[in-house]
Formats: sequence, structure tokens, C-alpha cells
Amino acid sequence: MTTDAQPATTLTPVLSRNWDRPDSFTLAAYREAGGYEALRTALTMEPDRLVDMVKSSGLRGRGGAGFPTGMKWSFLPADNPKPRYLVVNADESEPGTCKDIPLMMADPHVLLEGIVISAYAIRSSQAFIYVRGEVLHVIRRLKHAVAEAYEAGLLGRDILGSGFDLDVVVHAGAGAYICGEETALLDSLEGYRGQPRLKPPFPAVSGLYASPTVVNNVESIASVPSIVANGVEWFTAMGTEKSAGFGFFSLSGHVARPGQYEAPLGVTLRELLDMAGGIRAGHELKFWTPGGSSTPILTHEHLDTPLDFESIGSAGSMLGTRALQIFDDTTCVVHAVGRWIAFYAHESCGKCTPCREGNFWMVQVLDRLERGEGTEDELDKLLDICDNLLGRAFCALGDGAASPVMSSIEHFRQEYIDHVEQGGCPFDHRRSTVWGAES
Amino acid sequence: MSTTTTFSGEVKARLGVDAKEIIGRYPHSRSALLPLLHLVQAEEGYVSAAGIAFCAEQLGLTKAEVTAVATFYTMYKRRPAGDYHVGVCTNTLCAIMGGDEIFESLKEHLEVGNNEATEDGKVSLEHVECNAACDFAPVVMVNWEFFDNQTPESAKELVDDLRLGNDVRPTRGPDNLCTFKQASRLLAGFADDHATEGPQAAGPSLVGLELARERGWAAPDPDDIPPAPVLDEGEGGAK
Repeated sequence: MTTDAQPATTLTPVLSRNWDRPDSFTLAAYREAGGYEALRTALTMEPDRLVDMVKSSGLRGRGGAGFPTGMKWSFLPADNPKPRYLVVNADESEPGTCKDIPLMMADPHVLLEGIVISAYAIRSSQAFIYVRGEVLHVIRRLKHAVAEAYEAGLLGRDILGSGFDLDVVVHAGAGAYICGEETALLDSLEGYRGQPRLKPPFPAVSGLYASPTVVNNVESIASVPSIVANGVEWFTAMGTEKSAGFGFFSLSGHVARPGQYEAPLGVTLRELLDMAGGIRAGHELKFWTPGGSSTPILTHEHLDTPLDFESIGSAGSMLGTRALQIFDDTTCVVHAVGRWIAFYAHESCGKCTPCREGNFWMVQVLDRLERGEGTEDELDKLLDICDNLLGRAFCALGDGAASPVMSSIEHFRQEYIDHVEQGGCPFDHRRSTVWGAES
Repeated sequence: MSTTTTFSGEVKARLGVDAKEIIGRYPHSRSALLPLLHLVQAEEGYVSAAGIAFCAEQLGLTKAEVTAVATFYTMYKRRPAGDYHVGVCTNTLCAIMGGDEIFESLKEHLEVGNNEATEDGKVSLEHVECNAACDFAPVVMVNWEFFDNQTPESAKELVDDLRLGNDVRPTRGPDNLCTFKQASRLLAGFADDHATEGPQAAGPSLVGLELARERGWAAPDPDDIPPAPVLDEGEGGAK
């Protein structure tokens, strides 16, 4: 329930505001809506002023980690003679995350304009969009938009007569969640197996081809034109003090109207559920993820926790990518967690022993528990494995795997024990499906 | 399945032209390896020993180095995919919403296992991880085009249509499906003419925007925002 002092949060469509016109992905439609005017403005500014502007806006990475974008840009060393690269992370693969794909399908030009402005700001003349391979039509739309931009002089040599050159390459991945991790992405873009690198050195110092590189998420870069067009104060008028601006909140699962809800950071799940028609009829919220499978699960206790980085952090989870997967009372937590760990085991690159062996092991324990062939001691074994995994690998994939296991045992220990005591899963899996709700 | 370990002269020459274009996009040639693997997959419907040898030759790498990369990524197939490669998401959310049931019923219906193709070579099946369409769950992909909101019945009908050669239209994609090989060629970086087909967005992607329109909700008007006190030359770009 909102307090009297705080009016209910309303939606703030910015990136999605043109999605309801059928030609929204064309250059013509984008320009009609004011597109590429921000680029004109940006090209009249000193690149360093643009970096300051993005810093002042408080824009934080929208790809899950929430690192301040302007600060990341400012880490590029001034004295390094190597070329600078801008790499857009369009490898959206975090389970529950589904915002970048519809954005690139409906409005690839907002990303492109963001790329040109950002590349200009960081003095880069070569940008790559590393897009996961499993989204063919998104790749078509991106390539089409890039072609339109080149033709219109918005990419290539002497953009809009500014003297600034930029080439953009759309590069398709080939199926690997780990390539959404920025350093694994860079290894993959260099033509290797996508394995994370130790940081430091950070990509800003030694990234693509050991050169200074900025890697940013699609939504982060796509937010830049509106900041340039409308100003820092406009951006900070939305969101909270430390989590400024707007973002996509992607609702999926057992809600009446799943989908993309663009809102200021700090909106609550209760408010979003209200907008989305609530949990499906006849059922109650059981658990949810604030930011994808790699963020510890939350329950009805957290309905009023503001969805910003700090508040969700204090609640013991992470805002991540605002991938709100909603599960009701028909859902077996053990099955849900089992599927997630099967995912991490599948996607583990294999480099680090705790992740490679830990996930492989947890899959087997969870499988036994789900089938009722486990024991209560195995819950301690799971927590022990997590303890040896969390913070013990090169990248956050291992940490991500620990999240659902640890948080589900914390909130739903009895459900695991029920499987043990009842010799199997007490849930009818059909009831959680779209068609089985009434059965 | 290819029984030779190198491409014929004709194939090498033809693909060599494509390879040159791909390699030319990148400051360092090895970056072309992933697209080149898609290219050879476009030729044979999978990445064969001949495909690996071709990539190695083009980039001055060993076959072992290329194989290491080819075996890391799930989209590169080691056995020929069907003309239509069907992926059913069985990651948690889709699984819970019905993806498990869809996958089981398709395995039974097609009489294939995971990563196997039907006898007629028309359809191959695998369970896939999250394909970033969770608001459209349960999701099925065919040659990496979206078939949102599937049920066991609609999925069976879909694969039957594919095997019969009936027209099939993705929910958010081009008007018609291309083959697995054609899709691989697009992934190698060669655009086709179908980008402007299909919806800009559909259903769940638009629910937030539609609600905002209905309620008259919008982001703040930049003209209503008081400018910050000027501390230096100002930040430019505002209004």
C-alpha cells in the first residue's frame, strides 16, 4: 500500500514511446518522432562534456550490474595510443530478461543514435553490436537500421558534417549465455571461446584487442539520446537519488498481463502488479525474481520494496535487469530451482572449478531431491557447495547459480523437506502451465 | 553427412568470396571466426570437418583451434539440422508455464530425442535456454524466429505444417520462414530483404505503453523541469 506522502508511481514511456506505430523501426518514423536531433546537439559539444553529462545524469548500467555509465566512460586512459572501441552488449540471455530484444526489434534507431553519441563522447570510431544469434529478426532489423543510417550519412565518414567518423558492425553470437559477461563477450568477439578474463585490467584499459574499450548494455546506450535531448535534470526527475531515471520492468509468469512496463526506478512490485492485472485469477504470489534468475528470490514480504539498486540490495537481492519473473502457488520451487541450476551447469564455460564442478554437482543433488530420493542433509550439502562457489570464480555466473539455491532454501526449506518426506514432488506440474490453471 | 574433410574447389572458391567480405569487416581477422562458422553451417546445415578446415585455412588457424571454438557454442551443430530447427525453451519460466509439456509432446510426436532430426530431414528438435521472450511464454523458436505463446497442440500443428511444407508464419518475424541454412547465412552477416516484414512489436511488448496511453501517463515534459543553477558553462543539450 502506498503511503499518503508518496503518490503512486506512473509509467514513463521513453524508449518505448513509438512502439505502437507499425513502421517504428524505420529511419523515417524515428526522425518523425524527433530522432537524431540529440545527435546533432551532441556533435556540437566537446566529447568530454558529454561524458560529464552522462556522469551527472546518474545513469547506471542497465545490463544488470548497475555500474555508473559515465564513470565507466571516464576510465578510458587519456594517454593510450591504441584505438578505442565501443561494444554494445546485445547478448540478452539472463533468464527472465526480455527488454533489449523487443527494443531492437521495434526501434533499432534509438540504439544506433545512442551508439553514435556515445562513440563520439568516448572518441571511438569503431563500434560493434554483439547480438546473440538466436534472434534472427532482431539481427535483420539491426542490419537494416545500420544500412539506413549509412545511407543517410548518420554513420560512416564525416557524420552530419561534423568530421566525426564511425563504423558499426553487427556481429551475431552463436549461443552462449556466458558471452553476456563483458570480458567473455570480448573474447568471443575476438574469435575465441567465450571465457571471462580476470579484472583488472578492466576493458576500459585493456579490452577488445587489448585496446581501451567500453562495453555497455543496449538499454544503457539507448538511454543516452534522451538524456542529451532533455537534460540531466529531466533524467534525475525520475527514479531515486542513487538510482536515477527510467527503465524497463519486464513482467513474466503468472500475471494477467505480462509485458514491458517502462517506469521510474523505485516503482514497487505491488504497483507493477496492479498495472499488470495482478496474479492470475484464483492464485497468490509465491515467489519472484527482481532481476533474473541470478538474483535471490523474494516473496510477498517484498511487495512494497522500491525496485531500485539500493532498496533491493538491502532486501538481500539485486535489481539486476528488472526481469520480474512471477510465480504463484502452483509452482514447485524445487523444480524451478532445478531448472535454473541445469541452465547454469549447461552454460558454465568450464574455466573455474567451483562453477564447473559445483553446478554439475548441484544439478544431481537437486534432481534427487525433486524425485524424492534425497535427504535433508543434502540441503546442507547444497549450501556448502554454494559457499564454495559464491565469490570463488572469475565471473558472476557462479554467483548467479548460488542465488536461487540459497534463497530458495532460506524461504522454502520446508518445501524441499516435503519432497524428501513424501518421496516425490507434491505438486501437479500441469497446474502451473498456461492451460492447466483450472485443472 | 559429409564424408570428405575438405570442400570441393568450387565450394571453396564461392565461400572464399564471402569469407573475404566477412574478414574485411574486422580490424583483426580472427574476429571473423564466429561468422565464418555460421557461413560453413549455411553450406551444409551443420559444421563439418570440411567446414572447420575451411575456416582454419581462411584465418591461418589450426583445425584444433577452430574446433575448440565450434564446440563451445550451442548454435553450431555437429550433425545436420533439419530444414527447420525447432527450439523449445525449457528454462524455468517457460518450463513452468508449459515448455516442459511442449517439449515432451514434440519428442513423442516427432519420435526424436534432443538435438535429433526426423527421418525426412525436415525438422530437428532441441530444448533451448531462455530466448528473451519471457513475457510470451511458453516460447518455441524455429530457425531462430519467434513462435510465441505456444501450447502442445499448436506446437504439434506447427511441426506438422513444417513437414508438409505448409506456410508457417512466425509471431514476430518475417512473413515466411527461411531454411536453417538460409538463417545461418544471415547470421554470417549477409542481410536478406525481409527486415521490414512482420510487426514492429506485439502483445506483451506493448502492454505498458498501452496502459500509459489509456491513463495519460508520460515521462516528465522537459520544459517543465527547472534548469539546474549554472555552475560553469552549462551542460548543453537541455531542451
